[in-house]
Amino acid sequence: MANFYKDNNDLKFQFSHPLMSKIVRLKEQDFKDSGNIDYAPSSFEDTVDSYDKVMEILGEICGDVIFPNSEEVDHSGPHHENGRVTYAKGTQQNQDTLTQAGLYGMSLPREFGGLNFSMVPYVMAAEIVARADAGFANIWGLQDCAETIHEFATEEIKEEFLPRIHQGETCSMDLTEPDAGSDLQAVMLKATLNEQDGMWYLNGVKRFITNGDAQIKLVLARSEENTTDGRGLSYFVHDQKWGGVTVRRIENKLGIKGSPTCELVFSNAPAKLVGERRMGLIKYVMSLMNGARLGVGAQSVGISEAAYREALKYAHERAQFGKPIIQFPAVYEMLAVIKAKLQASRALLYETTRFVDVYKSYGFIAETRKLTPEERTESKQYQKLADMFTPMLKLMASEYSNQNAYDSLQIHGGSGFMKDYPIERIYRDARITTIYEGTSQLQVVAAQRYVTNGGYMSQLREYENRPVKAEYEQLKKIIAEMTNQYEKAVEMLIGKDNEYIDFHARRVVEMAAHITMSYLLLNDAQIDSSFDNSAQIYITKAQSWNDERFNYLKNFSPCQLSAFQAIKEEHVKEA
Amino acid sequence: MTKKLKIVVLAKQVPDTRNVGKNAMKEDGTVNRAALPAIFNPEDMNALEQALRLKDRFPGSQVLLLTMGPSRAAEIIREGYYRGADGGVLLTDRKFAGADTLATSYALSMAIKKIGPDIIIAGRQAIDGDTAQVGPQVAEKLNYPQVTYAEDITGFDGDKLVVKRRLERGVETVKTPLPAVITVHATAPDCRPRHAKHLMKYKHARTFTEEQDNEHNSYLPIEAKTNLRIPEWGVADVGGDEIHYGLSGSPTKVKKIENIVHQAKESKILTSSFEDIDSLIKELFSSHTIG
Repeated sequence: MANFYKDNNDLKFQFSHPLMSKIVRLKEQDFKDSGNIDYAPSSFEDTVDSYDKVMEILGEICGDVIFPNSEEVDHSGPHHENGRVTYAKGTQQNQDTLTQAGLYGMSLPREFGGLNFSMVPYVMAAEIVARADAGFANIWGLQDCAETIHEFATEEIKEEFLPRIHQGETCSMDLTEPDAGSDLQAVMLKATLNEQDGMWYLNGVKRFITNGDAQIKLVLARSEENTTDGRGLSYFVHDQKWGGVTVRRIENKLGIKGSPTCELVFSNAPAKLVGERRMGLIKYVMSLMNGARLGVGAQSVGISEAAYREALKYAHERAQFGKPIIQFPAVYEMLAVIKAKLQASRALLYETTRFVDVYKSYGFIAETRKLTPEERTESKQYQKLADMFTPMLKLMASEYSNQNAYDSLQIHGGSGFMKDYPIERIYRDARITTIYEGTSQLQVVAAQRYVTNGGYMSQLREYENRPVKAEYEQLKKIIAEMTNQYEKAVEMLIGKDNEYIDFHARRVVEMAAHITMSYLLLNDAQIDSSFDNSAQIYITKAQSWNDERFNYLKNFSPCQLSAFQAIKEEHVKEA
Repeated sequence: MTKKLKIVVLAKQVPDTRNVGKNAMKEDGTVNRAALPAIFNPEDMNALEQALRLKDRFPGSQVLLLTMGPSRAAEIIREGYYRGADGGVLLTDRKFAGADTLATSYALSMAIKKIGPDIIIAGRQAIDGDTAQVGPQVAEKLNYPQVTYAEDITGFDGDKLVVKRRLERGVETVKTPLPAVITVHATAPDCRPRHAKHLMKYKHARTFTEEQDNEHNSYLPIEAKTNLRIPEWGVADVGGDEIHYGLSGSPTKVKKIENIVHQAKESKILTSSFEDIDSLIKELFSSHTIG
């Protein structure tokens, strides 16, 4: 009888954020469904109460079904035969239980069978599922594809596909190919329009496709002949029932082993165009990617939570030298830092989510009526914040989940290296988070423009302007000093050549991220003093992390770069 | 087959005795209900699942919960709604108070007569009393056949319902004419989860009594409120002889309640010597374990 929502007060805390009332009002469009649909809420309190109670359902399923299944699922994994994939028994049970509970289609509008939840509870669900089983979190999280269909497809396609999400049909997003990973402009899978039946036909190969044998697939393919870049790509939806796609193999992976990663062969697979031709990569995949990165952020925080809990439990249970190891400074420092990083990344996760929530809701409202000039300005402002925060979140949450899993395993000592404790699985599962949906290095590329264009700086100043209680002034002063230091670091980069900026980009992006999370934790501590310790630990650690980065940058002369560049001339020696 | 069944599930709100702490018992040895969370009796949950499975198989069937208890037991009806039931009745009346299993069975059977179901499904027993008497007594009072220890209701053979029973040394399959009372064992499948949409709708369901002292859903329109009203039935609603209700209908009298402290002793090591064997035999005699 475990409940992964109720046992964690930091989750419900998110529903008390001041921005929630705006988020709910926009999402429910002033409660227009109330009275028409029997499960639609009639007020802000009613809505948040439903979020809370539905998270309770999810938390119970995660505690009583998904987590207990996770070990066996990791062990047996999915099965591949005759071009099809069968889930591990536990995976199927997870899927069936979540479907029975009516949780799929959480963020879709009610007209398509969804719950019309805002992004905050939707992202929270992803976090909770990932804590229970990070591999299964991918199958759950791929309902994100429905978001893209909802946002960009025609009414006909929406009606054809969206109601099936709530029925438990799963999705996949088919982007990567053997020669198109980080560089999706190189996608080759060919889409040909058949003028007679108006359908598109897909031919080619996709690789590393998570949940590749899904019923509903979104496929990036080259629709324009004689093109080689992103502008020749369009976006398609394929229904498993139409046939033409087979799974050639599934990968044997280090972690998230319950989630089938497939190599797919498309041979004349019928598909329908989503949105406009040529906009596949430029518009739709970028949108889907932002959603997926938010999803990986949530998954990473869930993994951090799992790692923290395993470490805390073990550190109390394990006695050495006559006392539980949690009594030793070397261990309790590690644990406190795990917790601080966990809470910092969670604060960043929900801050980002709130920004996404507001601008997405305005987008949907704009389909039914013209936005007022104020609304348009606000929508743009939140979209910019969301675009700015998403890569920062993906970068930091995934790196922290790895660091936390590493430290948690370390606290387990030799036992952690054995298959006897969940931490070895958590450690393996964490590893992919800094890689997929854009590596950490690519997140830095996406984030660095907000370093150079002052985007992060202005948001940091915005946080700085918020008053704090007297007892937090000292901490706030530290953060303000860090902000000034960051400003100087940015100045050192302005006007330098691109390679020099790229070389130092991660350092400055991380500086901005540390300051952002420091402010967010300080803010949380204003409302709930249970965040005090983590705020204090995180802010003082962040100060020293930033000092290190700043000093490196300050003492770095451009000619030092050549020592690094020399590596390019080296090759692996063979005897 | 297009059967439309009317199924009543008997469910009880019980104190959660599975994780008892120090405060579980009062000084006088009775259960301290205030210290223990009130939950849906676990085997009644298995019973609800069996009813919902019948409804899945025979669309158009109706699953109704029947529970007896104070006002707060309306939560049982809501819980049933969340998992897919169609409604329910709270039997509540001061005159029901103090009922033992016999008086409870009488009240339930009177309510069942008023509802007129095809099948009555209950948990085998409740975790507070562990008597396993209510289900069978209800069957006796209604003069219906009873199938106890059910693990799976497999379907129909003609007009008869086929039920698998979990017995000590195996499984027995029986057929019963309807109406019948079935009590369900804990080895039956767990109940399905709450459904998000049902929850969002029925969390507003209230009894009239709850509405009086609870402003919670004051923001609901009047019409929605009355649609979601959970009926409360008292003695006047179900009829019957008042003498059979509550304390006066309860022959069970508590003679004495003893506090038992389980003394978990460490294992004792005995040698095969005559003295050790002799002392063990004496100890077993004196504790009435043998002899």
